[in-house]
Amino acid sequence: MKSYDVIIIGGGVVGCMTARALSRYRLDVLLIEKESDIGMGASSANSAIIHAGHDPIPGTLKAEMNRLGNPMWDQLSRDLDIPFKRTGAYVVAVGPEEQAALEGLLQRGRENRVECEIISGEEMRRREPKVNPEVSGALYTPTAGLVDTFAACLAPLENAVMNGVEVMTETEFQGFIRSGRQITGIHTNRGDIACRWVINAAGVHSDEVMHLAGEREDFHITPRKGEYLILDGAEFKLDNILFPVPSAVSKGILVLGSTHGNVVVGPNSVADPDKEDTAVTPAGLEEVWSGARKLVPELNPRAVIAVFAGLRATGNAPTRAPGVTYSHDFIIEIAQEVDGLINLAGIESPGLTSAPAIAERVVELLRGAGETMQEKPDWNPIRRARPRFSQLSRQEQAELVRRDPRYGRVVCRCETVTEGEIVAEIHAPVPARTYDAIKRRTWTGTGRCQGAFDLPRVVDILSRELGIPVTEVTKKGRGSAFLVRPTKEVEA
Amino acid sequence: MPTQMEKVICVTCPKGCTLEVTREAETILKVEKAGCNRGTRYAQQELTDPRRMVATSVRIRGGLHPLLPVHTSAPFPKPRIRELLEALRRVEVQAPVELNQVILPDALGTGIDIRASRSMAPVHSAD
Amino acid sequence: MSDAKQYDVVVIGSGPGGLAAAISAKKTGADRVLIIERDVEPGGILLQCIHNGFGVEVFKQDLPGPAYAQRFIDEAFQVGVEFMLDTMVLEITRERRITAVSRKHGFVELQARAVVLAMGCRERTRAQIRLPGHRPAGVYTAGTAQRWVNVEGYMPGKRFVILGSGDIGMIMARRLTYEGAKVERVLEVMPYLSGLTRNYVQCLLDNDIELQLRHTVRRILGKNRVEAVEAVAVDEQMNYIPGTEEIIPCDTLLLSVGLIPENELSRQAGVAIDPITGGPFVDDSFQTSVPGIFSAGNVVHVYDLVDWVTEAGLTAGKSAARLVRSGLAAGDGPALPLKAGENVRYVVPHTLRPDHLADGDIRVQLRVRQPLERPVWVELRSGDKLLHRKGEPYARPGEMITLPVRPNLMDELKAAGELTVAVVAR
Repeated sequence: MKSYDVIIIGGGVVGCMTARALSRYRLDVLLIEKESDIGMGASSANSAIIHAGHDPIPGTLKAEMNRLGNPMWDQLSRDLDIPFKRTGAYVVAVGPEEQAALEGLLQRGRENRVECEIISGEEMRRREPKVNPEVSGALYTPTAGLVDTFAACLAPLENAVMNGVEVMTETEFQGFIRSGRQITGIHTNRGDIACRWVINAAGVHSDEVMHLAGEREDFHITPRKGEYLILDGAEFKLDNILFPVPSAVSKGILVLGSTHGNVVVGPNSVADPDKEDTAVTPAGLEEVWSGARKLVPELNPRAVIAVFAGLRATGNAPTRAPGVTYSHDFIIEIAQEVDGLINLAGIESPGLTSAPAIAERVVELLRGAGETMQEKPDWNPIRRARPRFSQLSRQEQAELVRRDPRYGRVVCRCETVTEGEIVAEIHAPVPARTYDAIKRRTWTGTGRCQGAFDLPRVVDILSRELGIPVTEVTKKGRGSAFLVRPTKEVEA
Repeated sequence: MPTQMEKVICVTCPKGCTLEVTREAETILKVEKAGCNRGTRYAQQELTDPRRMVATSVRIRGGLHPLLPVHTSAPFPKPRIRELLEALRRVEVQAPVELNQVILPDALGTGIDIRASRSMAPVHSAD
Repeated sequence: MSDAKQYDVVVIGSGPGGLAAAISAKKTGADRVLIIERDVEPGGILLQCIHNGFGVEVFKQDLPGPAYAQRFIDEAFQVGVEFMLDTMVLEITRERRITAVSRKHGFVELQARAVVLAMGCRERTRAQIRLPGHRPAGVYTAGTAQRWVNVEGYMPGKRFVILGSGDIGMIMARRLTYEGAKVERVLEVMPYLSGLTRNYVQCLLDNDIELQLRHTVRRILGKNRVEAVEAVAVDEQMNYIPGTEEIIPCDTLLLSVGLIPENELSRQAGVAIDPITGGPFVDDSFQTSVPGIFSAGNVVHVYDLVDWVTEAGLTAGKSAARLVRSGLAAGDGPALPLKAGENVRYVVPHTLRPDHLADGDIRVQLRVRQPLERPVWVELRSGDKLLHRKGEPYARPGEMITLPVRPNLMDELKAAGELTVAVVAR
């Protein structure tokens, strides 16, 4: 049985950032992911905002991690080549009632030590002419930003792999192996794996994982589904982040740009007991659309090119800090009931922003538990993204094609993705093995034709590069093959 | 014997006229609403011996693609199309093939040939 | 990179429109004519349309798609058209400078004296986007399935539901049945067929495939692979009718919900696009709003017959060559605007030069808004004045109507102002 110092359960942004943070030290680390690819859960299906941090209740772990995490993104994005831009964000008030609420938000923001100011309706309209003309004012938070959410998972994990971390996909955690109080390994669908530490970064399933260790039986995750629409950036442009004045349960339905140039609207917030249910619903999309139009009335339904839904891992953990009454806080702690388990649970918004800070907190927790945490002398913090043909200058494109002619074959015409890029992703440190994995990494098939042109071509490339029959090429792992048989092989 | 009127949609050309055919048993008395003479002929054929052009494909070795499109040289008896398709699934040809080359002569003894719908040059595996 | 290769006419796309344009440009005297094609062989989508029925209208021959294409491919090679295959055009400028890239040729810059846009069309996916549910494998456009089944040699499923009664959808229903799959249903949200009636007969009726009009897909079931779709009836306002839901078990949903002209390159070049057709505004020589840039075929508006695409290509290629040779594409007489009138959704071309009738007929083509299942007049008017009309037995949105304008109308047209086309009951 292979043995590790640390096994991380879950390849979301928290698991991936933790893997990278641990890769700095002399530890054998394995990250397992039950799906066919990393970043398939809430980590990539969210608003893609690096939050300023004005919103969480002061004194909560959410507020603390947000404040610590936000400034880390500049260096992270440089070191790891994660598309990121500090755009600033606006909480847009329409009418006297909402205008009054801005004062409370400003107050909270200041208590959280977040840079923020209230601007007039006129100023808001000047900065974003597409905003509802009836805007009365807005809270401006200059440190908010936009990130490529999938790159925020992939880049740190690739860097971790470069530094010796191992990754297993389609590997499902099934239980702990213990010797008395001490965890000595885990059961998975691929067999048992020994380890000294388990880091539970299992997202919506993090409650079930800790319950298997007898930890915090009263902690439960009740996912809240958020649905989104994506608008073609070529048809509707908007570069800002616009929030409505928030309600008690969520930050509301936003209208925002993205690092890719598309415009995103959403999410709604609906409690959903099914932890795997990322289906979009007509009612949900309607709710999102009408909510978004309150902020930007001129949104054009014809520009919608895709929809998606994500599940927030909403937990019921009370804040431990004295004097703070809040019951949906993060859990970032060493388990009490067993030895060798760290729980990272209930990580919903601002989890993406907080992830690098949470990862650093894990390092501190391990050190505090007596791990020596010796640094590797040859740790390399730099990970470079592979070239994206469409983002290069004509000269760079020409150079790339000269070097490798496969970059001269355009496979996805809407997003101008080349065969060279797809092949590179299949053989990357965290390899893409399915169509959706290629799509997440290269944006193949995300444009106007939604894959109608590229699909057969990408299936072909996957088959060739992975050395498998085309009938075994899948959309997203087991049970999702595209093709069933050769045309002429009809069953009797 | 009573005469009966049936509607038949002509498929000879894209117009798709709805023909009104009056007949007494097997004898067609008149065809109305046809846009042209071909419609009249079609109605007669359709009610006595319906036929269709059949287009499908056969396996090909050594060509650019694994399948070669083929078609019937004349409309094929409708009740036997399924049988024809089954026969063609067992056919495999070798590139090169020329457009209209006979792939299967006298298919199922009908006198109708199956012909290649395109040329396909051989591909040398060096790539 | 100022030493870009020079061509008289560069045609983008080698489908029937592009092939015809290149051939006719060459025959009209253009010197170097080049076709740039993104696929590894010329022919375009016709190569995957292996069914018969091409060429009936104009060439009086019933050919399968690949055979139809091959006539023109062979002719193009014969007359000396050059090809650059497996090559994607990245950009065209107003000045007709073309940037393209391919495995074989690398990065290419070309300068054309005239360009013919013949990129064809792509399949609508809006229905796919709006469909609630997960995103399982097993939801494809009909054209993608067609490529797999007919060209690459693989079946994308065993039990199918087809959404949309477009021609490709119905033809695929038959193809899939021929190759041993079961097509459970064809659903059409409109109260009428959106493809040709003859395809309903020979594809659906012949193979006992049920068509449900005024029905659509409400939901896709299945997380990894499609397991079923939920069909539902809709009322006149397109609202779901409660109580009509039906779960149809299947492993694949094909979408055949229409085609849209593919004009990203045209937009980049500054070509003005008609929001109704989705294609460039063109005059009767198929020149776009950018001088020297022409367009032909489904890139202008979606045709239902390849013969008309070929004809359009012939005209566009001839006009492009004339421009190259004489500096004049379409005569210099005044161009009259041609507008869609009563029950006409759109009409192509958008402007017409009466001068041009000296060369022969000008084909005006249109689609109606509402079906009229009785004899109609297709009328060409100038204000209240009827200039010309033609009878048709019926008018359906799925079937394009052609109104030839004859040379004998030249003088009358020269005296006319704005022209409109209307389709009215007889």
